[in-house]
Amino acid sequence: MNWKQAFTSSIGKKLVMALTGVFLILFLIVHCYVNALVFLEWFGPLGRGYKAYEGAAHFLGSNPLTRIAEIGLLAGIILHIVQGLMLFFDNKTKRPVDYNVHPGNKSSKWYSRSMGLLGTLILLFLVLHLYHFWVPNRYQQLVTGHEKDLYLLMELTFKDLWVVIVYILGCISLAYHLLHGFWSAFQTLGLSTKKYTGLLRCVGTVYSIVIPLIFIAMPLSFYLGLLPDAETARAATQTLAH
Amino acid sequence: MEHYNMNLTLKVWRQQNAQSQGQFETYQVKDISSEMSFLEMFDVLNEQLISEGKEPITFDHDCREGICGACSMFIDGQPHGPWSETTTCQLHMRQYKNGDTIVVEPWRAKAFPVIKDLMVDRSAFDRIIQAGGYISVNTGNAQDANCLPIAKDKADESFAAAACIGCGACVAACKNASAMLFLSAKVAHLALLPQGEPERRSRVMNMVEQHDKEGFGACTNTMACEAECPKAISILNIRRLNAEYIGAVSSGRD
Ligand code: HEM
Ligand code: SF4
Ligand code: FES
Repeated sequence: MNWKQAFTSSIGKKLVMALTGVFLILFLIVHCYVNALVFLEWFGPLGRGYKAYEGAAHFLGSNPLTRIAEIGLLAGIILHIVQGLMLFFDNKTKRPVDYNVHPGNKSSKWYSRSMGLLGTLILLFLVLHLYHFWVPNRYQQLVTGHEKDLYLLMELTFKDLWVVIVYILGCISLAYHLLHGFWSAFQTLGLSTKKYTGLLRCVGTVYSIVIPLIFIAMPLSFYLGLLPDAETARAATQTLAH
Repeated sequence: MEHYNMNLTLKVWRQQNAQSQGQFETYQVKDISSEMSFLEMFDVLNEQLISEGKEPITFDHDCREGICGACSMFIDGQPHGPWSETTTCQLHMRQYKNGDTIVVEPWRAKAFPVIKDLMVDRSAFDRIIQAGGYISVNTGNAQDANCLPIAKDKADESFAAAACIGCGACVAACKNASAMLFLSAKVAHLALLPQGEPERRSRVMNMVEQHDKEGFGACTNTMACEAECPKAISILNIRRLNAEYIGAVSSGRD
């Protein structure tokens, strides 16, 4: 038994899904935390959220370690997507003649059976999301050496109602993907023992609801004008500094 | 419960052999007693078909007391029908009422090809067991019963896993036609006992390999298997199987 075989058996493929899935879950915590700093606008003087968010974003953006982590993240996502789609299509071939009457929701949850579909929805959202933020920011950084004002970029991006709707749908897909995926990853890794199943289910459910909700709050708050515009917030940071 | 009789419409999968194209046939059965088992109702139908000069429906059955796992029927979208922790032979007609229509299909999986009508070839399970579901023991006199100390909780867990009757309902229920619940029960009940220790690593590797070779799908933890298993085999066994697999892979043996 070599490593290649170990990761290409039916359990091995799932191990790849679980390891990359947990990696993505951890990444989302950092991503969510940094972006949620904009909400400090609601808890303190004007400009506080802007400053904290821009500070954290530029600290990460200008850090060479982030570039390395980004490569790891990209590799992880690609591995997760490629293996996920292969798993999905491969499993589809295992019942060549289908049933006439389907069990439906009698014995399993719809989202547990729809991980491929939910993942694909996340993927579509992800392409749009990278196009909105990551691509223009890295491009400008490459050309001018300076990053974009990401708070302003959020404000401008979320002026469109359809963008806001797509982001909300993307986050809902993520929520259902994780409602199954979080616990599933620990089951695949052999860690969801009798003693810990309840705890993992509970933490997984909280995570799957809270993280997407915080993400949804961003486009929604900008669209509804619940956060100050970038210009006002930036101007206010001048007085904050003194 | 009050005893009653009923008339039913049955839509049953008929298929001449593995090569032929099957199709559903519709049959009417009359005066079925609510006290009959589902298989007895099929016996009545088959008697009727024989008296009409038609070919009776082929279906697997043996013990008819819920312990052998032979009876495999996918009834109205569920393996072994609507009762939980029940085989088809233990499903009783009091579940149904006069005028009901029941759809009966064979297990559907690439690894379980249809032999005829509702009978499928489940020998893939035998080959998975042959690949590693055994222990090595010295021949001779039987050992003293209590000479191997085994913790009560381990013994109980092993016994619960050993209750698997190899019926294949887990595969039939799984959207991926994965046999992980069966496989995990067979791996776990030996992995928990000292008797299973010598082949512990090679067993899991070989059985997983055979599982994949037979054409079963990969488990995505939907838990449909556990819900449909007549012996309530827990997916905690799949957790143990995964841990055993990781242990075997990282131990570097085999
Ligand atoms: C940030 C985004 C994502 C996160 C956090 C995430 C997380 C997870 C987790 C934790 C699992 C469970 C692993 C396991 O069952 O062992 C999983 C499974 C899976 N993911 Fe993702 N995923 C993401 C994006 C995607 C994308 C873009 C796709 C692809 C198109 C995808 C497709 C799948 C598939 C097919 C499975 C396996 C289904 C299953 O085992 O039930 N995921 N994901
Ligand atoms: S695990 Fe349950 S459903 Fe699967 S073969 Fe064993 S007894 Fe049947
Ligand atoms: S015939 Fe033996 S379990 Fe049903």
